[in-house]
Amino acid sequence: MLKKRIIANLVVRDGIVVQSIGFERYLPVGKPEVAVEFLNAWGIDEIIIADINAGIERRIPDLQMISSISKKCFVPVTVAGGIKSIEMMRELIRCGADKIAINTAAVEHPSLISEGAEVFGSQCIVVSIDVRKNSEGKYEVFSRGGRRPTGLNPVEFAQTCEQLGAGEIIINSIDRDGSRKGYDLSLVASVSDAVSIPVIALGGAGHPRHFVDALTTGKATAAAAGNFFHFCEQSVVLTKEFLTRNQVNVRHDTYAQYADFLFDGGGRIQRRSDDELQGLRFKFLPKESI
Amino acid sequence: MSSQIDVVVIDYGVGNILSITNALTTLGYDFVVSNKKEDITRAQALILPGVGAFNEAMQNLQQLNLIELLREEVLLKEKPLLGICLGMQVLAEESEENGIHRGLGLIPGRVIKLEGDDVVRIPHVGWNDVVAWKNSPLFLNMERSPHFYFDHSYHFICDRTIVAGTTLHGQEIVAAVQKGNIFGVQFHPEKSQNNGLRLYRNFFNYIKNYHPQHVKETNHS
Repeated sequence: MLKKRIIANLVVRDGIVVQSIGFERYLPVGKPEVAVEFLNAWGIDEIIIADINAGIERRIPDLQMISSISKKCFVPVTVAGGIKSIEMMRELIRCGADKIAINTAAVEHPSLISEGAEVFGSQCIVVSIDVRKNSEGKYEVFSRGGRRPTGLNPVEFAQTCEQLGAGEIIINSIDRDGSRKGYDLSLVASVSDAVSIPVIALGGAGHPRHFVDALTTGKATAAAAGNFFHFCEQSVVLTKEFLTRNQVNVRHDTYAQYADFLFDGGGRIQRRSDDELQGLRFKFLPKESI
Repeated sequence: MSSQIDVVVIDYGVGNILSITNALTTLGYDFVVSNKKEDITRAQALILPGVGAFNEAMQNLQQLNLIELLREEVLLKEKPLLGICLGMQVLAEESEENGIHRGLGLIPGRVIKLEGDDVVRIPHVGWNDVVAWKNSPLFLNMERSPHFYFDHSYHFICDRTIVAGTTLHGQEIVAAVQKGNIFGVQFHPEKSQNNGLRLYRNFFNYIKNYHPQHVKETNHS
């Protein structure tokens, strides 16, 4: 059986990984290479690297960074950020990208989806859709890093992308970005129902329960998160342990076992009781007397 | 014979070469990335990577004059070859990806589109369990059904005798093939963390102990 994927979404700004809140505020986290090394060791299933400056500065995502990341990464890497030509895609793949995610270019030049799929195969082309509720309370696709409204309906746009040959859809809720309130389940489910390619939910994860919701109620094939994975040791292993307990089929690849841990209300592991910890100690011997 | 293994990773413009070389470097193996005839004829074994579309891959192989060369090296000289993802699919006789296209024809088989439905999404993307069918050298020292990373929309159809492993995604999909010295895997071992690195190690161990049949015969006579 195909397993559900847990994906880390690393937002990179000026060469460092940042925590993104509502596409507006950014807090520094650390070096991309270090983040990737840790996530890889914790058994993440995939990594998305979004170089958010690239589009604004009209350049290709940092090739140096991609190739140094790929040296430490034995899971698939999707690269995003201002990609708008086949040549850019080729360059990135050469530097170690496994998949290419396009966002603004997919809205402004949809033909790039089919051109990319023809050269690199559908499985390589991912369309990332940023969605926000507009003033009428309806879901609308936004481009240019969430700044430009496009008037497109996310469900219809996702279907267009599928027809053009996109291999996967990332559906990102700008309103939920960095909110820790959970994924926008009705948005994710409506897109999942409308297309037959894999759908990745993004935006809002703040508790392992949110991943369960996205993969069951939201009908997504994968759930991605950025901020959620950064601030907790072994975050990926713990999330996957939580998913396994909730009958979601995920992959475990680390030697660390968390099967006997208990979770608290916030999704963190509970401290073990003093008696239990006492039992784990080696036998205490008072100072030896001769 | 020196213990150094000269493996050529064939660079034909559509592969994810860097991912593969990173995996081989991590494991500490010697290899050369090349598409030159002299390197390929000198190599003890070949790795044929692949990400992309079938037709583009075959056109690139044609332009680099590698089609006949690969047939000769693999079929006549019996060099071990590992095809990865699209690199496995081009081993087939033909593919129906974007029209019918001829493949290298190293393994009897065809490549056809995966059929999806409401539950089964295509492309087949993600981690899936592989059941190793026979004692394939590639799956030694692994758990019973190791998981690997798949990412494809077309799949390999061939005779059951050359299937080395299968996986389930709506239907049974050929995950690995082996015909003598020719190996192919539909998944991406370089993207499959520990199991993937084990698979590469197994392939290198196989090369180390490998002697082509026709060399043996001439030795006996």
